Amino acid sequence: MKTLKFLIEKEFKQMFRNPLIPRLIVLFPTMVLLVFPWAVSFEIKNIRIDVVDHSKSTYSKRLTDKVSASQYFILHDTPPDYNTAMLNMENDKTDMILEIPSSFDVDLVKSRDSEVGVAVNSVNGTQGLLGSNYIMQIVNDLSSELRGELTQTLPPQLRASMMHMPKIDIVPQYKFNPALDYKNFMIPGFMVLLLTILCGILPALNIVMEKENGTINQINVTPVSKMNFILAKLIPYWAVGLVVMIISITLSLLIYGLWPAGGVIAVLISAIVFILSVSGLGIIISNYSETMQQASFLVMFFILILVLLGGMFTPVSSMPAWAQWIAAINPFNYLTDTFRMLYLNGSTLADVSGNLLALGVIAVILNGWAVFSYKKRG
Amino acid sequence: MSTRVIEVTDLTKKFGNFTAVDHITFDVEEGEIFGFLGANGAGKTTAMQMLCGISMPTAGAGTVAGYDIIRENELIKRNIGYMSQKFSLYEDLRVWENIRLFGGIYGLTDKVIATKTDALLERLNFREERNTMVKYLPLGWKQKLAFSVAIFHEPKIVFLDEPTGGVDPAMRRQFWEMIYEAADQGITVFVTTHYMDEAEYCNRVSIMVDGRIDALDTPAELRRQFNADSMDEVFRQLARKAKRGD
Amino acid sequence: MKQFIAFIKKEFRHIMRDNRTLLIILGMPVVEILLFGFAINMEVQDIRVAFYDPTPDAFTTGITERVKQNSYFTYRGDMHSMDDMEESMRKGELDLAVVFQQNFQENLVHSGEAAIQLLSNSSDPNRGSIAVTYATAIIAGFQQEQTELMQIPFQIQAENRMIYNPLMKSSYMFVPGIMGLVLMIICTIMTSVSIVREKERGTMEVLLASPLKQGTMIFAKTIPYMVISFIDFVIILLLSYFILGVPVNGSLLLLFLVAILYITLTLSYGLTVSTLVDKQVNAVIFSAITAMIPVLMLSGMIFPVDNMPQALQAFSAIVPARWFIEAVRKVMIQGLGITMIWKEVLIMFGMTLFLLGVTIAKTKKRLE
Repeated sequence: MKTLKFLIEKEFKQMFRNPLIPRLIVLFPTMVLLVFPWAVSFEIKNIRIDVVDHSKSTYSKRLTDKVSASQYFILHDTPPDYNTAMLNMENDKTDMILEIPSSFDVDLVKSRDSEVGVAVNSVNGTQGLLGSNYIMQIVNDLSSELRGELTQTLPPQLRASMMHMPKIDIVPQYKFNPALDYKNFMIPGFMVLLLTILCGILPALNIVMEKENGTINQINVTPVSKMNFILAKLIPYWAVGLVVMIISITLSLLIYGLWPAGGVIAVLISAIVFILSVSGLGIIISNYSETMQQASFLVMFFILILVLLGGMFTPVSSMPAWAQWIAAINPFNYLTDTFRMLYLNGSTLADVSGNLLALGVIAVILNGWAVFSYKKRG
Repeated sequence: MSTRVIEVTDLTKKFGNFTAVDHITFDVEEGEIFGFLGANGAGKTTAMQMLCGISMPTAGAGTVAGYDIIRENELIKRNIGYMSQKFSLYEDLRVWENIRLFGGIYGLTDKVIATKTDALLERLNFREERNTMVKYLPLGWKQKLAFSVAIFHEPKIVFLDEPTGGVDPAMRRQFWEMIYEAADQGITVFVTTHYMDEAEYCNRVSIMVDGRIDALDTPAELRRQFNADSMDEVFRQLARKAKRGD
Repeated sequence: MKQFIAFIKKEFRHIMRDNRTLLIILGMPVVEILLFGFAINMEVQDIRVAFYDPTPDAFTTGITERVKQNSYFTYRGDMHSMDDMEESMRKGELDLAVVFQQNFQENLVHSGEAAIQLLSNSSDPNRGSIAVTYATAIIAGFQQEQTELMQIPFQIQAENRMIYNPLMKSSYMFVPGIMGLVLMIICTIMTSVSIVREKERGTMEVLLASPLKQGTMIFAKTIPYMVISFIDFVIILLLSYFILGVPVNGSLLLLFLVAILYITLTLSYGLTVSTLVDKQVNAVIFSAITAMIPVLMLSGMIFPVDNMPQALQAFSAIVPARWFIEAVRKVMIQGLGITMIWKEVLIMFGMTLFLLGVTIAKTKKRLE
């Protein structure tokens, strides 16, 4: 235990002797939280649309006006034919095409049924889907407006049945994030991302750096225990992580008005367990690497997997089963979920205890492996 | 007869097909300055690392400071000091911080470390450099410091791997004075070198060729056996047989 | 010239000897393109739903059954009070709660109006609103069947066509993004770390003092990396085409040219980083942070650039991956030609020149 004190002291001194690191710990979270939450949104506005109106009638004009008045669309052009519009899409000048056939108003009045064509650039699948949904909404709105206006002109028996059509009122209530603000959802994720990067990359480079400098030999000929050596490498990252968390919590309160309803203590406790697991992973990488270059590739490789399969950007539940198994051992996934619950759902420490337990188990396994894979004798 | 602090028999280390150390057998007595000579690639460093417990022997047996080199390597580490060919103190720590770290690792208390550090810096005439970052010290100073750190905890044996590599003759002489001082305090010194003049300073020397020990005796006796004027000549006669290059 | 070739050969040998690093550099993209290509999916699925139905009747059970059978929903049980509901939502066990009004059927039949409340866990706004949309559609469908109305007048049908990605595969969007991300990380770290390592050990000074010109020297050092990165790109492309089923609709040659330009650009960025830092650790941190986060957030890989506030859109213009990803999407998936991507190509070209200029200026200054 006494040796541990000396080792930790040494790690802290070395960490702060690299002027980049203290700056990184303060500036990196600040930058990320100030800038990037504004970039995240799946809500699409400003979809550029071309309307090809072959009908040029009152109804088709109404439809065009409704589209251009919508907050989702920007009317880019009204080209004379579909091919011109398609050329616009190919040239990336427009995202969607709405084609109104020449018989539009005739069909509407005569057969009471009419059709429009919608083409959407769906390279980004979600965007394509949402865009076409918005158009459907507008089209439906128009038809119910028309219906309302023209019910009067219907034969009496039909009008009666329309009036008495039973109505189911659907009242949606968006809990935990009533404004449907994507920032609120992503900010807890950014905190986890920051912890992963800082408390994952730094330890991954640490031991391999001692290998490259030859100092590891000097340590290996001493009676220092493997456990103490690894612990001394881990503990400073707790400190780093806590500073990062305090900055993040403060900034998200000041800038975005977010505060963990589930308690700031619960947030910090889960962060500590998480840091232990990513730092453990970093140390394992460092133990198996021969050069810093290898360690840096490996750590980036794992960080990308942790992040992209960790539910921050895309939901874990929509991944295939095998990928969900990966998520089940992914500490990133557990902490993101925990932070979101604590921040948005007002969950308590007890509510997230399952996640904490999983994080704890992962941390124990990874750090056991970290101690095991550190070889004092080659 | 004094006690033997290092005893090894048939110590061997293979890396794949390559036999770095090939069945070496020797012993070192307490308080001795034992020179471990050989060309680059002869296997000196590997042999030394097995004795220090950081490299696992492929075959053979032995004890260092009374502990088995296979099973009790962590116990050996409590009783030895080590200074490697490549300078390996922490370059980004100050002089006193390096001393404090290694003192602490060997279980010395803060108080003991503090007094011993003062005495050490005084003796080396290093007071001014107490707060200097190690990377800014000249090479010769670094090596003196590394040696002092290696014996700071008063080990039974100190292993020195090419301790004087790359420094000028005057500095080497000063360094050997420090080695003698350590030996006078009863510390056994196990030193590898390829400076043959330094071999003359040793009580006994062994010469490794291609992983084997081809000669082992006092410098005077070796010169007599090989009918040579200097250790340099002894070494050249032996090295001629070597098959391994650099 | 002979010296130059000899030097490149030496650098190649140097890299080929390090089997482990080579394995990592070539293996990493394979694993990642497969993992992410198959696993990343934006579609909202597995919406965990529960019902609170104080007075079950034919209507409410009808709706309940329909929701349960829908493949987007996973039934998580019935609730017995609003408190139950609140609690399981807080614990994160539930995404949507369907709450029926008391005496639902009676109300519907007699007063012609009845209410259903949809409580959706909207901490993820996307998921939250899509869950509501799906449930609303199911309820509306049920109602339509029940009322068996004659055809409603003034219907406007919209016939949808999904251009470029008719099956709405997420991989169409993500594959170009993953290419941009993985190449950026590998190229930047590879160059910056290996050059800073030589700086750290002082071998760079020796090289720079050799008869070769500095510009030539740096160029020679990056050629092997360029070859390796291009092999990486080809591997990713083959896997995307044959295993992930992402089409190559445009010219393969053009795609290769875009890739070579991007690789040169990212390697140049690595070179620039190597002139800014003097420790390997710092090279890694700097490269990792600047190569990963902006690509994830601002390149359009995940979040469309068009939706960002103006200031961020401007910021995203300096992220090289943004232009590469756009160009690849256009060529690979939309099948467009060079005339449609000249803007992206010119921007990447300009960035490369700028970074190389900075690197050479910085190196000269250091040597003086």
